[in-house]
Amino acid sequence: MSLITRRRMITGGVAAVAGVGGLAVAARLARRYGLVPPDDGGIYGPGETMNYAVQKVLTRHTPAREFARSMISAEPFANPVAPPTELYKKLSLNNFRDWRLSVDGLVARPGSFSVSDLKSMAKSSHITETTCEEGWSYVAEWIGTPLYKVLDEAGILPQAKYVVYFSTDPDWWDSIDMSDALHPQTLVSWGMNDGDLPVKFGGPLRMRVPKQLGYKSVKYITHLTVTDDLKKFGRGLGSPEPEFGYAWYAGI
Amino acid sequence: MEEKTLRHSALVRVTHWLTVVAFAALLVSGAEIVISHPRFYWGETGNVNMQPWINLHIPSSRESVPTGYGYTMPDQNGWSRALHFQSAWLLVLTALAYGIGSAKNGHFWRDIFPASGKRSLRAMWDVVRRSLKRKAADGEDTHEYNAMQRVTYSVVIFVLCPLIIWTGLAMSPAFTGAFPLTVIALGGRQTARTLHFLDTILLVVFLVVHVWMVYLAGFRKRVWAMIAGGEKEADVTALPEVQG
Repeated sequence: MSLITRRRMITGGVAAVAGVGGLAVAARLARRYGLVPPDDGGIYGPGETMNYAVQKVLTRHTPAREFARSMISAEPFANPVAPPTELYKKLSLNNFRDWRLSVDGLVARPGSFSVSDLKSMAKSSHITETTCEEGWSYVAEWIGTPLYKVLDEAGILPQAKYVVYFSTDPDWWDSIDMSDALHPQTLVSWGMNDGDLPVKFGGPLRMRVPKQLGYKSVKYITHLTVTDDLKKFGRGLGSPEPEFGYAWYAGI
Repeated sequence: MEEKTLRHSALVRVTHWLTVVAFAALLVSGAEIVISHPRFYWGETGNVNMQPWINLHIPSSRESVPTGYGYTMPDQNGWSRALHFQSAWLLVLTALAYGIGSAKNGHFWRDIFPASGKRSLRAMWDVVRRSLKRKAADGEDTHEYNAMQRVTYSVVIFVLCPLIIWTGLAMSPAFTGAFPLTVIALGGRQTARTLHFLDTILLVVFLVVHVWMVYLAGFRKRVWAMIAGGEKEADVTALPEVQG
């Protein structure tokens, strides 16, 4: 076509080369600064990477929104969960007396904590919104031990990059990066709205990550592992969720 | 020099079709996401224990939603959410290219904003009346946008599209934590979600009318003009074969 003049071809070519080069540099920088999520493969990898990288740059140090006590939902909704596993039933005897949260991986002092150990370690609370990827939400007060306190107790090693957390259900586990793990609002939660954490909301122990959607806040947690490589867990996607198409990073 | 004779600049043509791709993907994936909770609320919070402001009364992909239907749809939220965000990036980047390019090259002032003297309701009514009477468009309609088109395109470009991006971001827990005013100004997270849905309906109405108008104006010719550029002067009689 006559529209494509030589000048256009040259400027277009230069722009294309610059664009591809820019993308390559951006990808390299993103990897260096830990801005690439574990589920960066596949056709939706670019979108997931953009979400994670841009949100990390903008929101790494900011908190989730907090609300006035008057905003607490009168009737919060809990997604139904699978029937309790044998392990859950066993650990729930005697008011969860034998429930332990074990901490291992890249820590100086691996160990485990009972619910009352956690309660006496440190207490923090926030009134935040739980938002489900389906679209619904509720506001509640969450009470618990900040995850960073638990990690401090165990002594995180400098090469730590992620915290993986496991529930009594072997298929229900997830992970977050260090910036979310050390965030003051991220709680190992054992209380809700001034009471114990009800079983349907994840009692006795639930990971509460208010800066991400509800599915990152795994219920019934018993085990934390600090790691530098999510490839070692499951299919290497940081969580079973990406196997079903759900993003590992759920801040959006 | 050649560009002056084109009906649509290369920037408009490329960003138009990228928007078509992004919008189609956003619409399909957005509909799938709505199916997982086909209820809308006003304010900060909303869930099945609360009264919805709008209930679509359609089957849901989640058992926990009381729809009145005895079955649930298959859960498609995984790929839908991934596709939704990836296409949202495509839409945002396309909008940035179009917005910056059009602000610089004068497209907004030349082609989109209603020309002075054509901003009145009367000017718009003239356009409607002409088309209702199925009168042939006057000469200028064939090589520039009429008053009605300019107002509609202005609303879509400067109100509906920014609002759809804003209300989408206002549902992100991390983003709203960093920029709380983006959701507080709207009146809460569920209001943002409801506005996102209502805005989608307005955009779909625009799409339907837009395609209908293209059909009335000559589908092949107009679509070809948006692909190849079209010629302003000879537009009425030009055939695809003789373009370019």
